[in-house]
Amino acid sequence: MKINKLFNSVNDVMSDVFDGAVIMLGGFGEAGSPVELIHGLIDTKCKDLTIIANNAGNGKIGLGALIGENQVKKVICSFARSPKNITFKELYENNKIELEVVPQGTLAERIRSAGAGIPGFYTQTSVGTPLAEGKEIKIFDGKEYVLEKALKADFALIKAETSDRYGNLTYNKTARNFNPVMCMAANQTIVQVKRIEKEENTDPEKIITPGIFVNKVTVVNEPIIESIAIDNGETYP
Amino acid sequence: MNEFINLGWTKDEIAKKIANEFPHGSYVNLGIGMPELVSKFVDENKEIIYHSENGLLGMGPPANENELDFELINAGKKPVTILPGGSYCHHADSFSMIRGGHIDYCVLGAMEVSQGGDLANWTTGKGIPAVGGAMDLVVGAKNVFVMSQHTTKDGSPKLLKNCSLPLTGKSVVTRVYSNLAILDVTPDGFKLKEIYEKIDFDFLQKVTEAKIIFN
Repeated sequence: MKINKLFNSVNDVMSDVFDGAVIMLGGFGEAGSPVELIHGLIDTKCKDLTIIANNAGNGKIGLGALIGENQVKKVICSFARSPKNITFKELYENNKIELEVVPQGTLAERIRSAGAGIPGFYTQTSVGTPLAEGKEIKIFDGKEYVLEKALKADFALIKAETSDRYGNLTYNKTARNFNPVMCMAANQTIVQVKRIEKEENTDPEKIITPGIFVNKVTVVNEPIIESIAIDNGETYP
Repeated sequence: MNEFINLGWTKDEIAKKIANEFPHGSYVNLGIGMPELVSKFVDENKEIIYHSENGLLGMGPPANENELDFELINAGKKPVTILPGGSYCHHADSFSMIRGGHIDYCVLGAMEVSQGGDLANWTTGKGIPAVGGAMDLVVGAKNVFVMSQHTTKDGSPKLLKNCSLPLTGKSVVTRVYSNLAILDVTPDGFKLKEIYEKIDFDFLQKVTEAKIIFN
């Protein structure tokens, strides 16, 4: 028998998600955002989701659409504000969605820690600010550090450039961003790729995420470019 | 709008003063907005490597209209370019560059700066709070430069004894570049390094709440 993590469709890879799940979404703004997987998540109608991502969506495409469908109860992110953010803004201003603001580096490191089996770490980031309130402070060499805890998820939805049947991933430019660390931090990592590696396996020197961190892969060969779709007035569903 | 906002050095002139400060070979992170101007004024004899916290080291100028790539963007989510010698990395590595003390300079905007070097620039307490990478940059970069107008739009001082807004970081600012002065943050408070030629010490002190050390 051969290992094969490749699935035929977005619907096939989204079959395990459930109400109340904690879900990481890769991407920094639209770059590396798994828009088609998020649309698959919308189709599942799962609700009360906690979303961990850098941002809180734009327009009514991808995360913006998921939030607009009232499937999200809480967003954990570093930057929920943007000119084209409409759905999160409306719910937030009406106290219908929770927000946990996390400094971007702390967010990345909390996710990486979860993937590396580290339950928490100390950092100088946020010391003396409202985001350190209520957290343990420890002094190392005369400087204050705040304890931050690892951030795990039930699922990670990831966008990558290529995969082979082992789930070995490569990325494109700055669409890499949070994707590799999120792959490590979820119970089930679901990936959309633009194409399957042509060879039997990916050149080991080019693999950014080794397949051990990946569970399911499906191909979306011409993914939506979020900013263009929003400018064209497109929405989902 | 007050009369001081158009007084003093232009944004380009401030940007040039900051650019002149970076030694050849520096690794620099420029914040979104006004600090982005700085890269336009770096001396051609120097090579500076720009870091963009979304996983791009060796960032080049903005992309041309006809070569926009929405998977090659900067921290402001605008399409940019990469220069020879550049590299991509994931977010935890990118922030290790920041938090691990590998970035030589970062330049950020400010709502308020205190004489002790506290910075407030992420939230007014109203609207959606959004911090991005600012809290990481201020504790991690070796030098934290603030680039800002000297006062708010209504003429209130931005350089204060104590910040009134929620902090981005405590005792983190190295130096402030405003349209009216360059001020170092020292253990004794703001110390004047350079003053706009057409104003005097009394005027500068009048538009600054914190006491300035002139000498």
